[in-house]
Amino acid sequence: MSGAPAIALERVRKEFAKGERRVLAVDDVDLAVEQREFTAILGPSGCGKSTLLNMVAGFEGPTAGRVLAGGAPVDGPSPARAVVFQEPALFPWLSVFDNVVFGPKTQGKPAAEYRAGAAQIIEQVGLSGFESHYPAELSGGMRQRVGIARVLVMQPQIMLMDEPFGALDAQTRSLMQELLLEVWERHHQTVLFITHDIEEALLLADRVCVMTARPGRIKKTIRVAIPRPRSIEVTTSPEFNRLRAEVFALIREESLRAAAESARAGGAR
Amino acid sequence: MPRVLRAPWLLVLPAALVALWHFAVAERWIVEGIIPSPAQVLDSWYTWIFGSAQATLSPYSGTWFDNVAYSTRRVLQGFGLAAAVAIPLGLMIGWNRLVAQVVDPTIQLFRPVPITAWLPFAIAVFGIYDASALFLIGLGAFYPVVVNTTHGVRDTNLLLLRAARLMGARPATVLAKVVFPSALPSIFTGLRLGIGVAWTAVIVAEMIAVKSGLGYVLWDAYYVGRMDICVATMFSVGLLGYLSDRVIVAAARFLLRWRTLEAHE
Repeated sequence: MSGAPAIALERVRKEFAKGERRVLAVDDVDLAVEQREFTAILGPSGCGKSTLLNMVAGFEGPTAGRVLAGGAPVDGPSPARAVVFQEPALFPWLSVFDNVVFGPKTQGKPAAEYRAGAAQIIEQVGLSGFESHYPAELSGGMRQRVGIARVLVMQPQIMLMDEPFGALDAQTRSLMQELLLEVWERHHQTVLFITHDIEEALLLADRVCVMTARPGRIKKTIRVAIPRPRSIEVTTSPEFNRLRAEVFALIREESLRAAAESARAGGAR
Repeated sequence: MPRVLRAPWLLVLPAALVALWHFAVAERWIVEGIIPSPAQVLDSWYTWIFGSAQATLSPYSGTWFDNVAYSTRRVLQGFGLAAAVAIPLGLMIGWNRLVAQVVDPTIQLFRPVPITAWLPFAIAVFGIYDASALFLIGLGAFYPVVVNTTHGVRDTNLLLLRAARLMGARPATVLAKVVFPSALPSIFTGLRLGIGVAWTAVIVAEMIAVKSGLGYVLWDAYYVGRMDICVATMFSVGLLGYLSDRVIVAAARFLLRWRTLEAHE
């Protein structure tokens, strides 16, 4: 079990029925994420990267191929594979504290067991003093912190993050990235992080998988050999710039190919 | 505008309508003897509530509270019954496709039948008793509550359902801790519509199917030509309906505090 990768996708293919047509969202994806590794999936919008994450989370099954977590097939959502969604998806009728402890509470854990841990995590994500606030009273960044705290409190082996900072303004986004780096240094979970932001992927991840436009395939995997612990300052280093240029070229090539292809499809019609 | 300054504006239209009513009667714009003046109605209403110092032959003297109690009890019982059935059923219809397929078409078929059309059936089955009235009130209030509850359940954000499942919630927990609170605003909309229908139904039922309550007084007063009592009854029903709606709104405000915060954002 310990030898198996935390997440493994084997020749995964996913089709959706769209009326009469069948749309191929993801095709022939092979991916192994090692324990405690931070992997980012980077791709243009509509490349099926969220579909990939939904399959790992267990919300959707693959049309063909296998999705494994710790060597066992994924057959549904589990607290061991926690998801931070793009929208925080908080329960608006619960206070910050009650949102954070929803997981352990519904799993029937005694309050004495999770209260102290929850308070600690709320402090780590900078929400001390807001425990009794409702989500509606918080800013977008603070809501996403609650979304992260809610996941951390369950101590998942695997964290799946679906463009968690995509809806935030640039300022808040970089603060949240630093927060995530800090949190990850402390817990070292396995992370699968979906994004379309090149700098975000390079700043956070050990490994960046660049995806092709639809149908999504993994075009190239790039190892980010920037030492940890990292902070926002590494984004100005020469190594970071070299990687950024490399990934940018890959993405650009992909966007051009996609544009040319859709133009051809338009002409054929 | 502060609440205090807004208050006078609330009174402008009612005051104008009462003035129009007063002059229409006093200046004989309408045929004499059919519509009583506001003063007459107020006077009769007072006697109806508090009785009369002199011996009186009026059968209505001092009976207002009794009749209000009859009608209110029927509304509360019928409405309570309707809510107790409609909310769980609505949750199940919205939550489970099989339940929806089995139950929903039948509800939608019966729904367009007005409760007034059920009157003969109710009397034939339950007789001139309370059960008739409760059946009509309950049936009338049932539809808006069940339909709005179902709607609320189906409107639940998919991400919230996924988040709950992910955090280890079983289906029953998801229903109780996510779907129900998420549907609650919609359920309250149904309850507000339902209490309105309940007051309509109680008047209809009491006019024909039982021999007590405001609806009975209304019809009886009409037969003996006491239009002043008829109008006083109409005001009474309006007032009670308004008050019961306020009670539901207050309960909703309390239970949905998180929502008022959202609205003020």
